[in-house]
Amino acid sequence: MILDGKCPKGPIQTSWDRHRFDLKLVNPANKRKYKVLVVGTGLAGGAAAATLGELGYNVEAFCYQDSARRAHSIAAQGGINAAKNYPNDGDSIYRLFYDTIKGGDFRAREADVWRLAQVSNNIIDQCVAQGVPFARDYAGYLDNRSFGGAQVSRTFYARGQTGQQLLLGAYSALSRQVKAGTVKLFARTEMLDLVVVDGEAKGITIRDLITGEIRTHVGDAVVLCTGGYVNVFYLSTNAMGCSVTANWRAHKKGAFFANPCYTQIHPTCIPQHGEHQSKLTLMSESLRNDGRCWAPKKKGDNRHPNDIPEDERDYYLERKYPSFGNLAPRDIASRAAKEQCDDGRGVGPGGRGVNLDFSDAIKRVGEHTIRERYGNLFEMYEKITDENAYKQPMRMYPAPHYSMGGLWVDYNCESNVPGLFVLGEANFSVHGANRLGASALMQGLADGYFVIPYTIANYLAKTKPGAVKADHPECKKSVEDVKSYNNRLLNINGKKTVSEFHRELGKIMWENVGMARSEETLKDAIKRIPALREEFWKNVKVTGKGEELNQQLENAGRVADFLEFGELMAKDALHRNESCGGHFRVEHQMPDGEAKRDDENYCYVGAWEFKGVDKEPELHKEPLTFENVHLAVRSYK
Amino acid sequence: MNLTLHVWRQSGPNQPGKLEQYDAKNVSPDQSFLEMLDEVNEQLIKEGKDPIVFDHDCREGICGMCSQVINGVPHGGQERTTVCQLHMRNFSDGDTIYIEPWRALAFPIIRDLIVDRSGLEKIMQAGGYTSCHTGGVADGNAILVPKVDADYAMDAAECIGCGACVAACPNGSAMLYTSAKVAQLAALPQGKAEAAQRVCAMTDAMQEAGFGNCSNHYECQAACPKGINVKFIARLNREYQKALFK
Repeated sequence: MILDGKCPKGPIQTSWDRHRFDLKLVNPANKRKYKVLVVGTGLAGGAAAATLGELGYNVEAFCYQDSARRAHSIAAQGGINAAKNYPNDGDSIYRLFYDTIKGGDFRAREADVWRLAQVSNNIIDQCVAQGVPFARDYAGYLDNRSFGGAQVSRTFYARGQTGQQLLLGAYSALSRQVKAGTVKLFARTEMLDLVVVDGEAKGITIRDLITGEIRTHVGDAVVLCTGGYVNVFYLSTNAMGCSVTANWRAHKKGAFFANPCYTQIHPTCIPQHGEHQSKLTLMSESLRNDGRCWAPKKKGDNRHPNDIPEDERDYYLERKYPSFGNLAPRDIASRAAKEQCDDGRGVGPGGRGVNLDFSDAIKRVGEHTIRERYGNLFEMYEKITDENAYKQPMRMYPAPHYSMGGLWVDYNCESNVPGLFVLGEANFSVHGANRLGASALMQGLADGYFVIPYTIANYLAKTKPGAVKADHPECKKSVEDVKSYNNRLLNINGKKTVSEFHRELGKIMWENVGMARSEETLKDAIKRIPALREEFWKNVKVTGKGEELNQQLENAGRVADFLEFGELMAKDALHRNESCGGHFRVEHQMPDGEAKRDDENYCYVGAWEFKGVDKEPELHKEPLTFENVHLAVRSYK
Repeated sequence: MNLTLHVWRQSGPNQPGKLEQYDAKNVSPDQSFLEMLDEVNEQLIKEGKDPIVFDHDCREGICGMCSQVINGVPHGGQERTTVCQLHMRNFSDGDTIYIEPWRALAFPIIRDLIVDRSGLEKIMQAGGYTSCHTGGVADGNAILVPKVDADYAMDAAECIGCGACVAACPNGSAMLYTSAKVAQLAALPQGKAEAAQRVCAMTDAMQEAGFGNCSNHYECQAACPKGINVKFIARLNREYQKALFK
């Protein structure tokens, strides 16, 4: 099937404005007759729920944490892009659009990216009005810094806690709507099924994580804002509760999964220290504004980094990419770091690390300024590693961080299941094969504040409110299905814990479907994952009952979904016989090791249709056309 | 290293609870406190026992989900550190460690180490926001905010809402938490217009949710993983008095 992204035709500069005018509206008096279910309360979900509530819709918002403020958007430290051009350094909506298309290695839709760049400016204004304390200069104007993949300073920031501050802004807007009675919040609930009636999304089945009650909430539309899936690697920068579950269960109910193999490996994470680690910690990319990456020139040089003289250091990013230097995009910086380590020149335990050195910056601007810019990150680094990065370089290694793939959506952020909308990291739309720095926060808030309010109206205007009631047979069936699925998990009573399976899966994924993939490793993964899945369903041990607070059961459900999803990820990576952005197939590289894209055969979005566990999924394609930014080799040299 | 743990176990809000003893063996000093507990749990699951239930999520010290009183101190007593960022190198071989949930009247225990912190939500919902609509707001640079004010607001805004301040306070007060939001928004031109209504509404909500009052023990500041300063409580009081005279 050829998928239609429903992008507006004609000049891109006016595409969103024209489309907005063409979308249907819902009269204010009728808005309150509609109920919208929003799953997830991060930047996309929090912003969407608050905005839809503000417009007058009845909103029910769900999150698995005890508070909407704890979504993992809170951990995004670096900043948020906008094309304000305040520093007068040549930025424009067009340039942000251009950088994002190029940064994503030409695997994103032009119209979506244009819109993102266009509304980015509204986001800053909105957040400032909410009282988000962005960094300012002494005169009171907003301050900017630069991030990977850009040669202008367009990143707005709030110390090293930008994600936190933006999320708290959205959360405060959400709290205002809760008070106003337009939004009902359901914390500590997890979506375990999508209810589809006559082909349209009309409800979700959730588990109350305190009581274990399984129940369905019905609505006129469902908005998934459930974040990314890189916890499939076990060790990642995601929060412990991040999963593919909501997306995967919607996928099983008919929603197509697009580009699952596009996962971002972030270059600046604290290296792994031991076998029994639960997660990896990201250090903001903004550190590369002042930190210089280097590895010793000599193999196996295990002198203290401060004892290695200048001429025995290889500042490999500055050497290889003179025009972008340490601010090369993430996929490029990640592969370059791996290259140093694979060459035997890595530093730290196991040789899995490179240096990120601040000594020049400290000499230039003083320790005080560095402390002001990144102080909390240095503190965090010291807590984890017991090393003082003001006195010696930080050690960094790439780690799974962000998913560019997600449920397939059209230009309206609507999936192929009518009434099911997907926003933020949970959809596939704007990042292509690689996400540039400071653009995830931008996308979450753009979708939530400035896209969904318009596009969902177009769907609701054509829909009769309250058509499906809670006693609909599909709701009852959904509750029964979820209960029996959970009971199956509880009754296996095997020998291995959920975490053991998750670790094993993570190892397969990292080694075979990680930073570098090949036909051989992918085929190996596709063989090993179903075997592990089979063992899981025979030998996992989940203690406790379903009708109580049961964290083992929660984890078991999430890992069960990862065990199905991981296979799809590997299949997607295998079918895509090219390298692009975060998808690097070792068979497809230039003589100098850069990614070799194949536009003739793979310039499309690959969207998979679920056909059953252990059955071949069906691939649908949405061709990508580039009319404004011409397909070109992506160079940062 | 090997440790002896005494962990608060309680199966439900109205059930009796007690400290149970567990051994944590071969703990690496590089592990985080929660990773140490993960391993204890793995062992319990293998023995067919119910693992210890505790709240945690980002494990980067920023989401505010984790909440444990370790040896009598919320988040374990290392300065400006959440439990998830507390590392085992702060303990020694042979140590005995007591692990309990947040203690406060306004935080009923749900199970084991998990408490109900929804009282903090009610305070936010009462007024922790500016009444701004998603459309047609002024350009971000249209209203200047001097750096000193922005920095002051940011110092307050760093609060992660974990509730350690409440757990540390002998009165179970949420004044530090509330004051952080009040001070942040009162310091900015965008939030100033509603400052009087906000401080009254949030203070009322704090009392309704069952939190106590401040009597200047400063335990909150000592326990706060983000180092939120008690000067914001003074600001809260000042804003409150100003509102009363309006």
